[in-house]
Amino acid sequence: MSIENLKTFDPFAEAGDDNSGQTSRENQSGYIHIRIQQRNGRKTLTTVQGLPKKFDQKKILKVIKKKFACNGTIVNDTEMGEVIQLQGDQRKDVQEFLVDKKEGLELDAKTIKVHGF
Amino acid sequence: MADEPQLKPRKSVAFAEGQTIVDGDGQITSTMQTNGEKDSAESHSKPEGDQSVDEVTAMFEGLAKKKKKKAKKEEGEGDEDGEDKIADDGEVDLSALKKKKKKKPKTTEDDFEAKLAEAGAGGDDAAAPASEEKEAAPSGVQDGDLVKGTGIWAHDDTKPINYESLLNRFFTLLHDSHPDLASSGGKSYKIPPPQCLREGNKKTIFANIAEICKRMKRTDEHVTQFLFAELGTSGSVDGSRRLVIKGRFQQKQIENVLRRYIVEYVTCKTCRSPDTELNKGENRLYFVTCNSCGSRRSVTAIKTGFSAQVGKRKRQRA
Ligand SMILES: [Zn+2]
Repeated sequence: MSIENLKTFDPFAEAGDDNSGQTSRENQSGYIHIRIQQRNGRKTLTTVQGLPKKFDQKKILKVIKKKFACNGTIVNDTEMGEVIQLQGDQRKDVQEFLVDKKEGLELDAKTIKVHGF
Repeated sequence: MADEPQLKPRKSVAFAEGQTIVDGDGQITSTMQTNGEKDSAESHSKPEGDQSVDEVTAMFEGLAKKKKKKAKKEEGEGDEDGEDKIADDGEVDLSALKKKKKKKPKTTEDDFEAKLAEAGAGGDDAAAPASEEKEAAPSGVQDGDLVKGTGIWAHDDTKPINYESLLNRFFTLLHDSHPDLASSGGKSYKIPPPQCLREGNKKTIFANIAEICKRMKRTDEHVTQFLFAELGTSGSVDGSRRLVIKGRFQQKQIENVLRRYIVEYVTCKTCRSPDTELNKGENRLYFVTCNSCGSRRSVTAIKTGFSAQVGKRKRQRA
């Protein structure tokens, strides 16, 4: 039996983001940023920054490269740590891959921020 | 050539609370609702006394239907998420962001709507009589001028008045005495679309950034910073306060980023009013304060994040 009044719903929580008070964050921002950059001409580059440390970036890169048929590398940035760099606009694919429960990383979609146009 | 800088006709970003419908020829029309429930309620009860309203509502239904279909198709293709939905002619509908799909009660309306959609394809004039027929039938018994107070509206008349007539009266009175409540006009908020010109082959000029920032009540610097962070590029401001962005960007793309900026840094999360101010509060935090409801929320500072080295590698190494 459930009593309506005893549900743990916080009416004062910030609208929109549910995790505002969470402390268990991988790095200070806690978000995974997927960005896009323009190269010369129509070429673009996708970067994935802030993947949880528990994952082996090399293995992820390998899977992504195979899955999305693109090349990529891991860049070690002094501030941002390891960042995956992919050729082309892979933002949507990567986002889906990170969230995917079956063959992805099962991450929470709320922690992923996709940037760009 | 596609590379030619083209000055498109002025388009606008509509921030209407009600449903904003974009016509094929670029006309933008807002329905007279302040919220979703009213929308369906009013479209059910077409005011018998007011044919023009009737026609307009009928037109809206047809259009709304068309637009929904379009939206579905887009989803099927799966290339854009809901936020990036743009109507064919480039009009941006921010209200679609929150209430993309309105639930319409599934009654006899379904085939009615289908008919309307069909008629709408041939011409909107055809749709109007059809809707009148349908709507006039149940309320035919209830005569009388509600403004003059005759017939069923007479003071001493005891005949029960049906729901639709009452609802109709409510909306008529509302339109008459409080037009700003009934229409979304007061809440509608428009910013001009970004004007993008190409400079050379590698740069884009965002010409009316100053105007847009003025409308949003934000500093050029803040908006510029956000644009650069999101687009993963850099740029400069030229003599006439136009923004020169490195890289090739289309108007649509800039528009998308601006829309995200508005959602994140302009609109009030509590009442969705765009009339807000951004100030630097204590501890280097930025706060958005709403001018209509007074709510205050903190917003994240703009972070550029990781930026990959693009081109010119040889020069940087040397
Ligand atoms: Zn507010």
